[in-house]
Amino acid sequence: MLHYCLIRLASLILSLIVASVAIFIVIEIIPGDPAAFMLGLNAAPEAVAALKDQLGLTGNPVSRYFAWTGGLLVGDFGTSYTYRVPVSELVMARVSVSVPLALYALLLSTAIAFPVGLFAAARRGRPADFGIMGLTQLGIAVPNFWFAMLLVLVFSIGLKWFSAGGFPGWDAGIIQGLKALTLPAVALALPQGAILSRVMRSALIEALSEDYVRTARAKGLSQRQATVRHALRNALIPVLTIIGLQFSFLLAGAIIIENVFYLPGLGRLIFQGITQRDLVVVESVVMLLVFAVITVNFVVDIAYAAVDPRLRIRR
Amino acid sequence: MKFSALLVAGGIISVFFVLVALVSLIWTPFSVEDLVIANRLRPPDSVHLLGTDHFGRDMLSMLMVGSQTSISVAVIAVGIGMALGVPLGLAAAANRGSSYDELIMRGNDLVFAFPSLVIAILITAVFGPSAVNAILAIGIFNIPVFARVTRGGALSQWTLDYVLAARVAGKGKLRISFEHVLPNIANLLIVQGTIQFSLGILAEAGLSYVGLGAQPPTPSWGRMLADAQTFIYGTPGLAVLPGLAIVATVLGFNLLGDGLRDWLDPRIQRSAG
Repeated sequence: MLHYCLIRLASLILSLIVASVAIFIVIEIIPGDPAAFMLGLNAAPEAVAALKDQLGLTGNPVSRYFAWTGGLLVGDFGTSYTYRVPVSELVMARVSVSVPLALYALLLSTAIAFPVGLFAAARRGRPADFGIMGLTQLGIAVPNFWFAMLLVLVFSIGLKWFSAGGFPGWDAGIIQGLKALTLPAVALALPQGAILSRVMRSALIEALSEDYVRTARAKGLSQRQATVRHALRNALIPVLTIIGLQFSFLLAGAIIIENVFYLPGLGRLIFQGITQRDLVVVESVVMLLVFAVITVNFVVDIAYAAVDPRLRIRR
Repeated sequence: MKFSALLVAGGIISVFFVLVALVSLIWTPFSVEDLVIANRLRPPDSVHLLGTDHFGRDMLSMLMVGSQTSISVAVIAVGIGMALGVPLGLAAAANRGSSYDELIMRGNDLVFAFPSLVIAILITAVFGPSAVNAILAIGIFNIPVFARVTRGGALSQWTLDYVLAARVAGKGKLRISFEHVLPNIANLLIVQGTIQFSLGILAEAGLSYVGLGAQPPTPSWGRMLADAQTFIYGTPGLAVLPGLAIVATVLGFNLLGDGLRDWLDPRIQRSAG
């Protein structure tokens, strides 16, 4: 187990290094002169030179790369050119919206998928199963930002239960904060919940056909007991992987949903960074997102190996 | 019975939208370049069957031309994914276990860490938003998907007798890969292509919605939704139609993919599920 963890850890670190190099090249090398790019076509040469100095763009690319990544390691994300505050401050404020939103959505999609998947698997091949599978097909095809707009139409404009956007901040109270995140989380959770339901169903159906379930039934367990005690636990392995993968999709999906609901999250920060040509913000926030995706996948791999010992000696 | 129903339903919907896109190349009820502000936000009537948008453009025509954007972006993005991913996957399978195989697979893992939206953000931050950049972003994301599917399918082909026979006949890895392995995993690639196609439509809509994809005045479904959001209080109908178009197209291609999978090779069902 330790050996497996070490190998995975080495590959995690290598991935992070390669990802950071790729991001650095796209943002800092390809535009030629990032300072001139940020200031636009009509910038005075003195202004460009001053910005270059301020951003630390005067050195050679290699030393700039190490300065950037070295800063990231100690939590120094550079200084935003437009906001004139440390990017880490901006990020900290935004993370407190984006991460709870992604977790909320993950919780909802799991809460949808487990009962739906169980129900459909138990009624495999019957009309209820076909009906549910049809609905999940529909759920997968719905773009989450459009679903978000429909939710706003019904629950904000029609029923007036929720506000159509904005975030009061966690200072306004946890209930108020969660309320503001509810529609966005539902919008994010629906397509993911539909995918997860299908995975749950097929994993359960596969597990239910295994010999150990028949043995459990022969021992005198009811179908329900056999499903919950034996099949469900084994079906959890593929479900866990998908949940791990979904976290990264939710983080990325949150970027769009935050725009629908005007939530002050990482996604809005990135878009503001793009429109204001604030490359420092874009570079660091993208690196942060990629870091989150790679790390979550690493944790899932380890959790996976802990649940299923066969995977530790893979290949 | 059930499988062929999937295939037929998916096929009809998919062909319908492809036809709409093709027809819109030569004919639409109104030109989408005609801005008639006096006609703005009209409800559906006998002249404008689906009403007009905030610039007085005919919604039906906008939707028809929008299908061009969605479908062409998705087709090219799948093309990029296949053109680069399939050879990489074939090469990895032909050199199974070598450092080359390892390099390709780890590279794949890495690209997977960049969701297509994040790739699009990176590209747009530097090159500005455009439909071409959206295609690139979705296409790049498709490469590891096809490389992985190809490698998986090709690995099992390499263990079969006919490949051994080809090797005995003196054929090299390159020839075997393209002459024997590729035709035998074509089914797998067609099915994956359909799935990536519908994902591409969703991704394009999302990118256009946030302004990272097709730029005005090019009509695109995602862009139309973004515009509709401004008028959601007064004219909610504007926000419904482009969304329905996206859902129907994606659903059609998903059903087509599922139907094809069952029809072409029932054995794939388990491994791909």
